[in-house]
Amino acid sequence: MDAMLDCAARPNATVLISGAHLLDPRAGLDGPGDLLLRGGSIAEMGAPGSLEAPEGAEVVGAEGLHAFPAFVDPHVHLRTPGREDEEDIETGTRAAAAGGYGAIVAMPNTAPVVDAAPVLLSLRERARAEARVPVGFTAAVTVGQEGERLTEMAELADAGALAFTDDGMPLRSGGVMRQALQYQRLAGRNLALHEEDPELSADGVMHEGEISALLGMAGIPSVSEAVMVARDAELAAYEQGRIHVQHVSARETVGVLERARAAGVMVSAEATPHHLVLTDECVRSLDARYKMNPPLRSEADRQALIEGLRSGVLGCIATDHAPHAREEKEQPFEVAPMGVTGLETAFASVYTDLVVPGLLDLGLVVERLTAGGQPFGLSVPTLAKDAPANVCLVDLDAEWEVGEAGYESRSSNCAFAGRRLTGRVRMTIAAGAVAFRERSFAIGAVV
Amino acid sequence: MKPHLLSVDDLTREDIDRILGRAESFAEVSGREIKKVPTLRGRTVINLFYEASTRTSSSFELAAKRLSADLVSVKAAGSSVDKGESLKDTVQTLSAYDPAAIVFRSPHAGAAGLVARWTRASVINAGDGKREHPTQALLDLYTLRRRAGRLEGLNVWIVGDVLHSRVARSNILAFGRMGCRVTVCGPPTLIPRGVESLGCEVRTTLDQLPEADVVYALRMQHERMAGSFVPSVREYASRYQIDGRRLGSNQLLMHPGPVNRGVELSAEVIDSPQALITQQVESGVVVRMAVLYELLAGGPTSGSMSGREFASEASEPQPA
Repeated sequence: MDAMLDCAARPNATVLISGAHLLDPRAGLDGPGDLLLRGGSIAEMGAPGSLEAPEGAEVVGAEGLHAFPAFVDPHVHLRTPGREDEEDIETGTRAAAAGGYGAIVAMPNTAPVVDAAPVLLSLRERARAEARVPVGFTAAVTVGQEGERLTEMAELADAGALAFTDDGMPLRSGGVMRQALQYQRLAGRNLALHEEDPELSADGVMHEGEISALLGMAGIPSVSEAVMVARDAELAAYEQGRIHVQHVSARETVGVLERARAAGVMVSAEATPHHLVLTDECVRSLDARYKMNPPLRSEADRQALIEGLRSGVLGCIATDHAPHAREEKEQPFEVAPMGVTGLETAFASVYTDLVVPGLLDLGLVVERLTAGGQPFGLSVPTLAKDAPANVCLVDLDAEWEVGEAGYESRSSNCAFAGRRLTGRVRMTIAAGAVAFRERSFAIGAVV
Repeated sequence: MKPHLLSVDDLTREDIDRILGRAESFAEVSGREIKKVPTLRGRTVINLFYEASTRTSSSFELAAKRLSADLVSVKAAGSSVDKGESLKDTVQTLSAYDPAAIVFRSPHAGAAGLVARWTRASVINAGDGKREHPTQALLDLYTLRRRAGRLEGLNVWIVGDVLHSRVARSNILAFGRMGCRVTVCGPPTLIPRGVESLGCEVRTTLDQLPEADVVYALRMQHERMAGSFVPSVREYASRYQIDGRRLGSNQLLMHPGPVNRGVELSAEVIDSPQALITQQVESGVVVRMAVLYELLAGGPTSGSMSGREFASEASEPQPA
């Protein structure tokens, strides 16, 4: 486990995964095999049926299942401190494990905001007691996320801030953004950016287009995102800093990112399953389950995101898991809060709508789901001998209805609720310990 | 017909024809000394208004009373809404009285649809945010058809602040459904991007206004004028005001009210014989009676009941 991550101490599992299809494109692995997890790492790998289970090992007969490196989510709202009624570290990391995640990165827009070392340190301590998978905590770029004064970035970095972000809000001021890039030289951490021009977004609640015209709701134009990314890419180039663009939603933004990368700017970017799978057509229902920021956009935008994921301009998939209390979402669309949960459905939604129809290769999706820690300097999970044991076991044939058995998350505002998805995570091993095991998943005997 | 009236989209052309026909027969009743019919006797209609309204709320009240329904009017101000009760709880509380219909006005798009999920009553959207106002569209169709004798083939121009107007959205759909050609016209800042997809053409000047059979002017709201949507009221009026110079003698003029005299309309056209503005208000009651009737007493079996049959029922002596 990377030193910047925190997790409850759990006994290392000794597990023999026997006969799974091992898929790790980064390691060039795509075929059946056995994995023996022991002492926190992948102790042995071999041909199917070749590994002997040591005494006390749990044997998982995994024929018909796929084993991937566990996923890493660079963008999760754990709502702690402040809104533990919506999510806490225990439930949020439980939801992550159920989604096949071996590590997640938490956002600092809590109450209070993570903008000072004591808040960060107390969260890290709590994660060491509660977290089921390793968590990295980010800190705010500006005090109170008010966009005016930089936080004590160097001190926060020393206290273990994985990155800096005012997620939920853009950095309105180009001057402050520039100072943050300058201070990056001292703090040494990436800046994760929620990009939108507040004046272009104004009071918008959904994508601006034909459907917002029909529904009479104020739109958020796609260029609201693209113009801010363009500004910040130029600033990053000028200050030779690096930035990570969060939840890219618009076609224009993909274009801006392509040009910036071609020019050598150090910019990475993520896309969410909901933006990759759903469009503003969903909003016709006026169901607040489809309200998030950035909003679901048009089919052309969605296609551009898929292409961006394929080309690597969008290097990772992030859920932007954003739990909300039921009564807050049971309101008219315009007043309901923005955000949807997604940890438990990320793989299945992308697999069902992008891999099964042949739009994206399974290996590429696994690669993008595991790459979420890269922008923040975390190591990427891999299936290799002596690598840390971060593995998820997935049944690609299992069909399920989202929400049919409830959620591990404390909140149920999932954008995919009620949909039938294909692909179910059966087991997750994170940092050497079993973090999730599906209740109905029959496990092998302990030798 | 669907159990609720949430959007003009819920109505087929046949539904609209039937409602307008029913309204005609109620107009006959309205001409009598006793304007009441027993259709909804013993049933409850709740008017739930989360936003200020004069015309819509009063005409729905009259419509329900003339159908002999028991009426409860709840306004957000001074109710449990002020005490922080959620919309869902308010609706479930009122639904405990087993109302036949809830007439609902909200400042938020889609709110009437939410209410429909939480109650067994028929829900009538009396305006949801900037989205729709379907009964306004129906009364406009009714008024125009009475005056022009037809709707099919009419060329309707909707002029003004289309962006913030639920009346515009419902009327683009409704006029279109009845075979009118619809053009919207206004300053580019007040025309929503993508509005063509509703089935209308877009103009930003009144140059082609003479082609219109009907000019439907929208209210220019004061708060929009204060914003940066238009540079000044004076310039707006000079370019988009319908006045005696612009309104042809063979063109009809409509407006949903209340009018800003001297802004979207000049005084002389408001009082001109081409103006249908007063008739629109008059039509509000009978059209809303027809909507309540359709949803609560109509239904597939009685859908064939003609206006004449209905009128004879109404002519029986009633203990009103």
